[in-house]
Amino acid sequence: MMDLTVEFKGVSKQYPHFSLDNIDLELPTGSIMGFIGANGAGKSTTIRILMGLVLQDKGTVQVLGHSMPGEQAAAKLDIGFVSEDMRLYGAATLEWHMKFVSSIFPKWDQLYADKLVQRFDLKPQQKIKGLSHGQRVKAALLLALARKPRLLVLDEPTTGLDPVARREVLGELMAVLADEDRTILFSSHNTQDVEQISDQITFIDRGTIIDSDDKEGFLDQWRRLRLVMPQHAEVPRLPGVIDVGGTGRLPVLTTNRFDPGMLTVCQDLGATIQAVDSMTLEEIFVTSVQHRRETLAV
Amino acid sequence: MYLQIMEQIKLRVSVGDWAAGQEIPSIRQLAVALRVSVITVKRAYLELEREGVIITQHGKGSMVAPDAGLGPRLHEEELSGHLEQAARLGGVLGLSREELALRLEEASGRLVEDGLPKEME
Repeated sequence: MMDLTVEFKGVSKQYPHFSLDNIDLELPTGSIMGFIGANGAGKSTTIRILMGLVLQDKGTVQVLGHSMPGEQAAAKLDIGFVSEDMRLYGAATLEWHMKFVSSIFPKWDQLYADKLVQRFDLKPQQKIKGLSHGQRVKAALLLALARKPRLLVLDEPTTGLDPVARREVLGELMAVLADEDRTILFSSHNTQDVEQISDQITFIDRGTIIDSDDKEGFLDQWRRLRLVMPQHAEVPRLPGVIDVGGTGRLPVLTTNRFDPGMLTVCQDLGATIQAVDSMTLEEIFVTSVQHRRETLAV
Repeated sequence: MYLQIMEQIKLRVSVGDWAAGQEIPSIRQLAVALRVSVITVKRAYLELEREGVIITQHGKGSMVAPDAGLGPRLHEEELSGHLEQAARLGGVLGLSREELALRLEEASGRLVEDGLPKEME
């Protein structure tokens, strides 16, 4: 059986203007999951439920073998959580924060913390209120990483970072995964970051998970077929094609279930295959969301 | 992305940076070094294994296949790929086989004039 660090089963949560609907989510141990959604899609609510900060109306949540939110105290010893709205004390220094966190968490690794201070180019004596946004994110991440948690939960860790800081942060996340027992869940609307370092990818939109797969699976199954049709011929209708764009004799078919047999079918109908393009994760995400919203609207 | 990793590894093997029979980094090590996901490197290794470029032994890690003729074979594969593409583009442009062959002839002619691939002769 696959070892799961996080498992959501049928989790729902109702708010007056937003609801999270029947979320199933599995995060295998040792992997990194990118959790992608537009603003307001339900990423943070899902993460809050995972952390035991919000109680679900329905469904079960298991994190590191603990059921949430009931056993959250035990689970949290081994979860490092960083989110945008998590504030450090402005009047205290980074060094004070490191001492504070290390006094609570027995697995705190001071050597590693010192290394991170160097790598992230931070100054322990500096007060938090004097730090830039990027430095604050890196400081919060340092405090989470040096506890050596088995699960890292990061809500938008790279949002608002400059390219250098982003690279430092992504590099450090990958370094964590050199250890096979550690797992990362991070939410983002930056598909580029997710595409680079994730093993698993989950798309969420309007409170529902619309797709969840390993990354290579995603990239393999989505293709754009650019065809040249003979005059007066109809565009072939294929199963698995979710969007037909382009103009007149030059249709562009988008599929989320590509298989090479499709090309033969198109050719049999007289079409010339001009190109079969793979898609970036961003294109895949936007197309999925649009397709789903259109399907729901019909 | 895994295609880029495959290209890079093949290049390292063909120029001899990674010698035949040499142990290569584990999937996780390479993923961390390249800052790409584990699954991408895994995919690249699987494909390279299928092509016979590397050998993976369970629990022992991966190494470059101990096949001395690897360099030339990789060039051979690359050549077939380019030729297929040239044939396809020729088709798109409506060139006959003779015209296509002539174009290839011309291209080699130009290279020899530039004095580039002497060792290929």
